[in-house]
Amino acid sequence: MMIDLILLSVLLIMVIWTVMAIRLVRSAVGLALTSVVLSILMFRLNASLAAVFELSVCAGLISVIFITTISFTRRMSKSDFKTRRRQRLSKFWPLPLIIIAAAILLFWRHFPSEVIFIRVPAENVRDVLWNTRHIDLFGQVLVLLAGAFGVVALFKENKK
Amino acid sequence: MFSLLVLVPFLILVAVNLSKKVAPNVACSLTALATLAQAGFVVSLPGTLLKTNNVIFTWLPDFKLAIDEFSIVVLAAIGIVAFVACCVARSTINDPGQRATFMNLLLVALIGMNTTVMLRDIFSIYLFVETIAIISFVLISIDRGRLALEGAFKYLMLSAFATILMLSSIALMLLFSPTLELSGLAEAMSVYPNPILIKLSIGLFLCGLFIKSGLFPFHWWLPDAYSAAHSAASVLLAGIITKVVGVYVLMRLSLSIFGESLHIQAMVMAVGALSIITGAVLAMTQKNFKRMLAYSSISQVGYIILATGVGTPFAFAAAAFHFFNHATFKSLLFVNAASVEKRLGTMDMREMGGLSNRMPATGITSLVGFLSTAGLPPFSGFWSKFMIVLALWAAGKYFYAAFALLASILTLGYMLILQRNVFFGKLKDGLGGVKEVGPGLVIPQLVLAAIIVLVGVCFPFVLNKFIFPVQSIFLK
Repeated sequence: MMIDLILLSVLLIMVIWTVMAIRLVRSAVGLALTSVVLSILMFRLNASLAAVFELSVCAGLISVIFITTISFTRRMSKSDFKTRRRQRLSKFWPLPLIIIAAAILLFWRHFPSEVIFIRVPAENVRDVLWNTRHIDLFGQVLVLLAGAFGVVALFKENKK
Repeated sequence: MFSLLVLVPFLILVAVNLSKKVAPNVACSLTALATLAQAGFVVSLPGTLLKTNNVIFTWLPDFKLAIDEFSIVVLAAIGIVAFVACCVARSTINDPGQRATFMNLLLVALIGMNTTVMLRDIFSIYLFVETIAIISFVLISIDRGRLALEGAFKYLMLSAFATILMLSSIALMLLFSPTLELSGLAEAMSVYPNPILIKLSIGLFLCGLFIKSGLFPFHWWLPDAYSAAHSAASVLLAGIITKVVGVYVLMRLSLSIFGESLHIQAMVMAVGALSIITGAVLAMTQKNFKRMLAYSSISQVGYIILATGVGTPFAFAAAAFHFFNHATFKSLLFVNAASVEKRLGTMDMREMGGLSNRMPATGITSLVGFLSTAGLPPFSGFWSKFMIVLALWAAGKYFYAAFALLASILTLGYMLILQRNVFFGKLKDGLGGVKEVGPGLVIPQLVLAAIIVLVGVCFPFVLNKFIFPVQSIFLK
């Protein structure tokens, strides 16, 4: 339980870092680290397949795509960086405090003591994916198609 | 047979993308045919459905999809609005590449919507709702203009927030239920001893749906999105997409899992009533044609939600009827807006006036849409609003019944402002050369106007064949 709480705290810090970071590269790294911590939590919850997906796709592939894209952009000047940091901090400084306070209030004080967990017997991952929930796989195919058509619609240049 | 509602659009999607020789207009015609066939097919169903009870069918082993009387009303609305969007896209999107992309997006949205309507598992419903949301971002921003991108960004941000709420809710549901199928979930809720956790999970999911439906107080993304999107996308979004991802899911959940909770009912009714009034008041202040229609949508969807919150079979049937009617008359008004935009190149109502003389078909059909929205007899909107007021009264919700009735006056007010500014009165200077739009836009307007008039005039038939059977879902 203690390890899970530590991992959840680290997850929270990573998420805040991702959102608050001024430079895009740092945000992308923060997101990758968030995915890594999430994967560890998923392993601990016996959701090994989901953990592997999270680690390989979210922490690996997506981070590579993000960083490759960011490498094509122009680096922010130091003065711009300082101005942005000042603006961001003046606007959003209460955000991390609110998140941390909400997390403490919700999870550490009340939540675990009142919940009766329904234990579901662990199922074969292959069974779940291909038999019980394969309509979700169809949904995933549609999400991919939607993304592909979206990229064509928004990024393809007109020949004219 | 029902699998065809998913399979046919999917096969068209594959066929038009596998061959580069398929012209966008062919894809457009195929999609229009498929959507018309869908509307015709589902409308011919109810008699057999009543005999066979709630039809559950499988497509591939364990691919559980189900159809009931409520699904039929929604599937018919999807078919009609998607057909109209096809016609509008063909007439208003000039670039063949962009038209082809729009058709692809429409087909994916059609598959997503049809599947959502036939699903009975809350996680799968969430997944397909997200698919349609992705399509919506792209549809809003397809023009790549500044306003369109801003509208899409606002929707994206709020939708992401809705996603968090819905996923958190599903996570909480898994704490007390071993399954996410709606029937199993309802069973688990009835025996679980902690009502706070149940109400929290339902409340979070509902807030997500309020955002997706553009209801008060989460309504501010909707006018930007509808007004900035391309005309064909506006028809699709306002006519059906927002309704399926938000309103339909809310109604389905109310039917299956939280219909009997008095607190939740009270919350849903309050949100519905506040949306009615907020949408109507804000619509009155608008100068942009499409923005006024967008605020009107918020108000009209409020009526559906208000009736859903009552929780009686008759109120639910009234809500389902208004769902269908709103899909048709709001699509009609958005096609009217598309026609005016095509000719004038602007949506600013201060630059319009007296257009009925120059665009008679658009003017007359907009009058049909206006009268139906305002709830005047004998048009379809009158009957559904009348049923909603009756249902509220019969359930003892006298305040809400009076409220719904009085809010109709506001609807009449803003629709009169719209008609006076755009179609009635003296022709504005410089609009002398304006001509009626081509058949590509006139035909969908006439089709929708005919549906509105026919549903209104043949109300007893529609009521007995389609609307009253919706009540039987409560008995099952």
